[in-house]
Amino acid sequence: MSKLKELEEMLSRGRISRREFLIRSSALGLTAALSPALLGTPAHAQKPKKGGRLRQGLGECSTTDSLDPGLIPAAMPRNIDWQVRNNLVEIDYKGNAIPELAESWEATPDAAKWAFKLRKGVQFHNGKSLEAEDVIFSVDHHRKKDSKSAIKGIVEQIKEMKTDGKQTVIFTLEGGNADFPSILADYHLPIVPTGTAGAEWEKGIGTGGYILVSFEPGVRALTRRNPNYWKEGCAHFDEVETIGIADVTARTNALMTGQIDCMNQCDLKTVHLLKAKPDIQVIQVTAARHYTTAMLCDIPPYNNNDVRLGLKHAIDREQILKAILRGYGSLGNDQPIGPSYRFHATPSELPQRKYDPDKAKFYLKKAGMEGHVFKLHAADAAFAGAVDTAVLYSEQAAKAGIKIEVVREPDDGYWSNVWIKKEWCMVYWNGRATEDGMFSISYAADSNWNDTHWKNERFNKLLKTARAELNDAKRREMYVEMQCIASDDSGNIIPMFADIVDAASTKLKFGPIGAQFELDSSRNTERWWFA
Amino acid sequence: MHTIAGMVLKRIALGVLTIVMISFLISVGIEALPGDVAQAILGQTATPETVAAFRRELKLDLPFYVRYFSWLQDFSRGDFGISLANGRPVAQMIGWRFSNTLFLAAVAGVISVPLSLLLGMLSALYRNSWFDRMISTITLTTISFPEFFVAYILIAVLSVQINLFPSISNLNESMQFWQKLHIIILPCLTLTLAVFAHMMRMTRAAIINVLSSPFIEMAELKGLKRSRIIVHHAFPNALSPIITVIVLNLAWLIVGVVVVEVVFVYPGLGQLLVDAVSKRDLPVVQASGLIFAATYVTLNLTADVLAMITNPKLRNPK
Repeated sequence: MSKLKELEEMLSRGRISRREFLIRSSALGLTAALSPALLGTPAHAQKPKKGGRLRQGLGECSTTDSLDPGLIPAAMPRNIDWQVRNNLVEIDYKGNAIPELAESWEATPDAAKWAFKLRKGVQFHNGKSLEAEDVIFSVDHHRKKDSKSAIKGIVEQIKEMKTDGKQTVIFTLEGGNADFPSILADYHLPIVPTGTAGAEWEKGIGTGGYILVSFEPGVRALTRRNPNYWKEGCAHFDEVETIGIADVTARTNALMTGQIDCMNQCDLKTVHLLKAKPDIQVIQVTAARHYTTAMLCDIPPYNNNDVRLGLKHAIDREQILKAILRGYGSLGNDQPIGPSYRFHATPSELPQRKYDPDKAKFYLKKAGMEGHVFKLHAADAAFAGAVDTAVLYSEQAAKAGIKIEVVREPDDGYWSNVWIKKEWCMVYWNGRATEDGMFSISYAADSNWNDTHWKNERFNKLLKTARAELNDAKRREMYVEMQCIASDDSGNIIPMFADIVDAASTKLKFGPIGAQFELDSSRNTERWWFA
Repeated sequence: MHTIAGMVLKRIALGVLTIVMISFLISVGIEALPGDVAQAILGQTATPETVAAFRRELKLDLPFYVRYFSWLQDFSRGDFGISLANGRPVAQMIGWRFSNTLFLAAVAGVISVPLSLLLGMLSALYRNSWFDRMISTITLTTISFPEFFVAYILIAVLSVQINLFPSISNLNESMQFWQKLHIIILPCLTLTLAVFAHMMRMTRAAIINVLSSPFIEMAELKGLKRSRIIVHHAFPNALSPIITVIVLNLAWLIVGVVVVEVVFVYPGLGQLLVDAVSKRDLPVVQASGLIFAATYVTLNLTADVLAMITNPKLRNPK
């Protein structure tokens, strides 16, 4: 019976179509006619119930965590941040930008000037009313000259901010950006009361569904429901206890013994055992997170595209997906716009590159690089299993006569000393809400985080044009072309996209799951409820 | 007692000097590691501007000697400074976690010390019997396994299979005393199994050593019961090495339990130290490192003093 349940889950999450569902379930010989999943309503279509204390165990926690949104590095502080604060814009489970604190917005035709209208009657936890100046303060915290914020580079595109009365904020951008609302949905940009500074950040005053009671970084946070929450139908728990559990085995044990109700990042090696437990549900979503190897395109021999193409054909993506991710993911095609994006290129537009040792050999011969020993720098700090991936890759490449030497780097200081410094290394990217976001941050010629130093004229031209284009059909054409260019020319070898795999007790109920970050895009505390 | 007081004063002075030297070495060590707080915190999202802004705000652009001496000045006045990573006062962060570490060490000590003394004495009493051999084998086995291995086995059996104890020990302030005890039983068991062997075997060896002396033979000839001989006559004379071992193990229980803290998610000082080092948060590393150093120095001193007191030969060095 569990196979049918699996199919139902997949259908309710839109991973397979109803036709597919019928075909597969009849192939199993099961009567699917009575399956509620075919009724067109989500499997968990009950009305949310209020109450209970949610205890969640999150990996990615550290005693150095801060609630200053500019410095939020990882899952635990991000989840807490979205318990107590809101953004102007929210990304829903389909990946669209929907109104949150901003009721509506409109743009000039060149997408360079945006006016956001704020909701009325929203209050912060300290009683202060939300006004336009709070928005300007919150964004300026990242924009100001001596800001240490991680998102400073992104908000630099805002040339000017003005209030138009107490409820409207007008942003003038350096250039047109049709995805600007999605940028405001970034977890670094929640709205806080004007004047928050220094130790005030750690108090977590915001407009969110929960009020911060206590926070011990890396250890535990306790929040209680905000009785005054402006968002209807959200925030059902009385209290939320967020516990930082860095060790995945400890996290899994805690879930199995009932000490926590949900966790993020299951251990892929043992998740099939978790699935077999009747009181635990494993939540798997296709996400934009992907693992790459970045070649510096301005250093020989990687400055020769034949070398890059040769190496791209020397990797067996299916084998790596199976061995490293145990199949919890999808194949990558050397460009970062995966199946979860709106404008993802279909296989007919961009065929999936396959493992082809002969072609690999051919390209390297053309470049005169046979016999060259390529050094691939790897550490598990890049992503769990990065070193294994590199070793597996070097075996696969050996079959094409290509020699890859895996250089093991220390985890500590990986992002300062190896990434964008060594000529070829392992990397991970979380993906962004929009295609422009992803391309701009890692592939644009002028980005600080372009880890391949790739400068393709046509690509950069299309990037700027597509960014300001408000017509979806035209945008799609441009993004598809950019994906093809990236796949054939860029310095990134992307073998796979990683699914988000979390687990929760079956006592927890939810609607469709978002795929931005783990645990329903880090917003599980306001969306889920106890049965 | 003049010698003891004199010795204690001398040792305290040396201890202070040791701690200052250690603080210097810690600073040098962190400085020598690649990267700094700014790069460690910002990670993949670091840009040259934000890293520079971070450094300016935390005065990390000043030369090493300036920063070290200003820290030393504050520290000697009792000001532990604020964490570079999230601006919290270090004393506050450390105070709570250190008391947690002490709590765990105390409970583990209360279980392991009497148990190892008792079993040590019994082993000495029945030495070379199957009981003695069995105890020795078991304890040597448990001390040879890495703590996380023992921890995982205990969790698997006592928590997951039979849901007797919680699998993670996430202590927090709102818990009652007995709740706290219940939640740390498994880490205490793990730690007990780790330190037990050393203390027990030393007890056994020291007692057996004393048992070969003439006055013990006299007591036997007088017809005293064996157990009375061991408890009243042999044991007090064997105290010196036993105390040393016990105190050293207690020091380890405070300082060496990072692995157990990680596996059981126990909010102690070890985990804080590891996180702070990986983020190059110097004030926190200094404060934690020096607390550990002071613990060792103090406990070593205690061990030496007690050893002297219980061993008349050392009391009057003639």
